[in-house]
Amino acid sequence: MPPIPVELPLFILHLITAVLIARIRGLFSAAMLTGIFSLLSCCLFTLMDAVDVAFTEAAVGAGISTVLMLGTLALTDREERQQPVRILPFVVVGVTGAALVYGTFDMPPFGAADAPIHQHPLVATYVHGAHDDFHIPNIVTVVLGSYRGYDTLGETAVIFTAGVGVLLLLSGRRRRDGESDPGGQTPPPDETEVLGETSGGDE
Amino acid sequence: MSLPRQPMRMREKLVLRVTSKLLIPLILLFGLYVQFHGDFGPGGGFQAGVIFAAGFILYGLIFGLNELQQVVPHRVVEVGSALGVLIYGGVGVVTILLGANYLDYSVLAHDAVHGRHYGILAIEAGVGLTVFSTMMLIFYAFADRGRAKEGAS
Repeated sequence: MPPIPVELPLFILHLITAVLIARIRGLFSAAMLTGIFSLLSCCLFTLMDAVDVAFTEAAVGAGISTVLMLGTLALTDREERQQPVRILPFVVVGVTGAALVYGTFDMPPFGAADAPIHQHPLVATYVHGAHDDFHIPNIVTVVLGSYRGYDTLGETAVIFTAGVGVLLLLSGRRRRDGESDPGGQTPPPDETEVLGETSGGDE
Repeated sequence: MSLPRQPMRMREKLVLRVTSKLLIPLILLFGLYVQFHGDFGPGGGFQAGVIFAAGFILYGLIFGLNELQQVVPHRVVEVGSALGVLIYGGVGVVTILLGANYLDYSVLAHDAVHGRHYGILAIEAGVGLTVFSTMMLIFYAFADRGRAKEGAS
């Protein structure tokens, strides 16, 4: 199988990055490593011909999430506090991972032509419909925009709701005086530089 | 890994300024391409909105939040975030008024195929606007907090 050797190093790099994120104490490095993790996932999606997903992963996961992580970092400490080692989270994560891997044994092999998703009668409707009724080569767009238009409307509404939620939670506008800081623990000025540079509202 | 205690402000770094000025137009152009070429290549409103927002956020990171908010005011992204959903839902209402089902785009033009093209284009524009505005909104919310904190200290 040709695809396996290409993807195996990527998976190993994923694993290394994930372990590093969990182990590393410096939060700045951890934030950058999450961006690297996203880029690696993006490569993996591209290899699997899921270009749309790779696109989104690169822009959201590697780009904007990292920026937001750095923005959060400016509001908190630069180093992770030493935590006591706990066994239970490891067990929970290990068991969940094992269950997920066990679940994949029932799945058809990657790219199999006789996989159920290729056998469903609706597939022919979509594939031929995109060609005959829409004249649009990108079937993904047709399915998202038209056949599954309600779902996409719902997703758009979800994004809007998420934005409103963040605005309500984080917007400082309700405290117009700004006297009482909700956190109460303002860091020294030289520790706010990541977003201090970012916002740079000084002139 | 530790950063220098007193870093330069990003806008004073020549390399960052020049490369970002070179890159931002290309990022925005690519965002437009992804938006309007989504029918033919990979992409669509969601990806385009995020790429577009990434371009503006890069500008904000380098040149400061104040400069960015002069280009894209807070009010605009607040309205845009809701407007995108309204455009999407509005296309559905228009199709009802033209006598078809909700979000059945075939009545939007004389030719059913053209109508579907217009419909998809319109809803992708709505998705793109909402995603772009929401990303900017979230970025503003985070960055404003940083600024409030900086001012308080």
